[in-house]
Amino acid sequence: MVNTTLSVDIHSLSHWYGKGSTRRQVLQGVDLQISAGEVVLLTGPSGCGKTTLLTLIGALRQVQEGSVEVFGQQLQGAAKGQRQRLRRHIGMIFQGHNLLRCLTAEQNVQMGADLLPNLGYRARRDQAREWLRSVGLEDELSKLPHDLSGGQKQRVAIARALAAKPQLLLADEPTAALDSGTGREVVELLKRLAREQSCSVLMVTHDPRILDVADRLVRMEDGRLHQTVR
Amino acid sequence: MIRAFWQRRRIPLASLMLIRQPVRLIVALAGISFAGILMFMQLGFRDGLFDASVTVHRLLDADIVLISPRSTSSVSMAGFPRRRLVQTMATPEVEGITPVHWNLLLWRNPETLGTRSILALGFEPGQPLFTDSSLAAKANLLTQKGRVLFDEKSRPEFGPVARWFREGKTVESEIAGKRVRVVGLVGLGASFGADGNLLTSSETFLDLIPNIPSGSIEVGLVRLKPGSNPDLVARRLQTRLPDDVTVLTKQGFIDFEQNYWRTSTSIGFIFTLGAAMGFVVGCVIVYQVLYSDVSDHLPEYATLMAMGYKLKSLLGVVVREGLLLAVFGYLPAYAAGQGLYLLVRNATQLPVEMNTDRSLTVFSMILIMCMLSAGLAMRRLADADPAEIF
Repeated sequence: MVNTTLSVDIHSLSHWYGKGSTRRQVLQGVDLQISAGEVVLLTGPSGCGKTTLLTLIGALRQVQEGSVEVFGQQLQGAAKGQRQRLRRHIGMIFQGHNLLRCLTAEQNVQMGADLLPNLGYRARRDQAREWLRSVGLEDELSKLPHDLSGGQKQRVAIARALAAKPQLLLADEPTAALDSGTGREVVELLKRLAREQSCSVLMVTHDPRILDVADRLVRMEDGRLHQTVR
Repeated sequence: MIRAFWQRRRIPLASLMLIRQPVRLIVALAGISFAGILMFMQLGFRDGLFDASVTVHRLLDADIVLISPRSTSSVSMAGFPRRRLVQTMATPEVEGITPVHWNLLLWRNPETLGTRSILALGFEPGQPLFTDSSLAAKANLLTQKGRVLFDEKSRPEFGPVARWFREGKTVESEIAGKRVRVVGLVGLGASFGADGNLLTSSETFLDLIPNIPSGSIEVGLVRLKPGSNPDLVARRLQTRLPDDVTVLTKQGFIDFEQNYWRTSTSIGFIFTLGAAMGFVVGCVIVYQVLYSDVSDHLPEYATLMAMGYKLKSLLGVVVREGLLLAVFGYLPAYAAGQGLYLLVRNATQLPVEMNTDRSLTVFSMILIMCMLSAGLAMRRLADADPAEIF
């Protein structure tokens, strides 16, 4: 299943926040490779730089020092426009569901599908419905996020992320707002769907109950990575 | 074309954002409509007042108008020698002339006996005065001395003249101590300077104001043969005639009057300022609404950016929200404007009407208002940092 091409290739990545005397290093020479289709879990205490690493891979932040290649594209010194285009191929799932409050579940997922080029409106809408069916929400198509439970919202978020057909999925504690049973369900769903798309996954989590879904565990402490092969 | 549009169709984010927050939407639309109504009213009053000042001018059957250089407006017309008007007949293009006496007189209300100034026009009943042909027949009634035609659109302060006349009563009143009888009604309309109008023969007019120097008139109407160019003839006449007379085209005479009210009074300024106030109030409301709308949805905008949406397409959402607000705020303002104009027409007899020019002006103002506010609210979007939402 895991092929040899790399989705993410990071070498001696360092990052700082602040300026002058308040400047604080959050990442110190991080090296990380993620193969296509691999599911990697990133754990570590809060404030150790996990989220920063995620935003750098997600092309949401300018790389300061070191090399970050995503799908073979160097992000060091990449222009805003290039990063924006790259983001279309990266799915993101957030701690909060971050759904658009004014859109129904179906419309939210279609916001993801709308990013696909050369696809008609009806095709994109059908895809949105298909994705909601695969996360088990075919009966909640026209509900607003307000009327959905926490687990349902997170499943809509997963459908939205996958609807854009990403090759890499970044998830930041997707189970944080969910109870353990629901959390487990959501993560397993996430893994299964990512597998079907041969999409790599990098998931930050504190939740020890879901560690076993990973192909590989990576632990971060004080801005440094410790690889743990299972 | 339509198919291509359908293919590129996306979730209508702008309208959904507005519709799913009905309270905010209603506040915004109410604010925009209010601003629009304010602009409609102020501009309507202004244009109505300016229009009203020339209702009589427009009706005159003339291509060229002679007045005294000392005249400043319809309420202060000076006299000039009548023979200047006769001299224009030497010009081959001139077809006919009508000398007109023009002055404010004190009319006694036949009911309350109070007096009030009314604009009186004196002319030879056989000569054309107005382009309206229905008037020619009524003019014959003036051949007898002491007879007047009363403007039924005059303000009610002149007394129930029109009503009494229609009821078949003999309506008599006094002007400058002389008895006059109303023998007919005409429909002209009140203006700034004159609350009412009446028409009479030159003979009666001179009888009412006996101290007019003989051979002096206030307005000279000149009609040209079909196909002549009034501008050209007016210029030629001006150079030919002595400078105790000013030669204007009919439009020039209308402009002369409106210009007086525009520049020598503060009316134009006051109403334009009123409209500007409406514009400013509208701007503040729309800006407030759009700014708080963008602020409330900032994490959502940031999420869309993280998903790979361009900043430009998100700015487009704000612009479309502004456009929608402009259109749906304008419509009720337009409807309310129509209704209020009707009220004003009935209450003041001013010719305040919805016209294409003004409805376009107000719509453009509302559009500018919404786009300006959207532009300012957009700056908030720059704060949407997708890196901050993790």
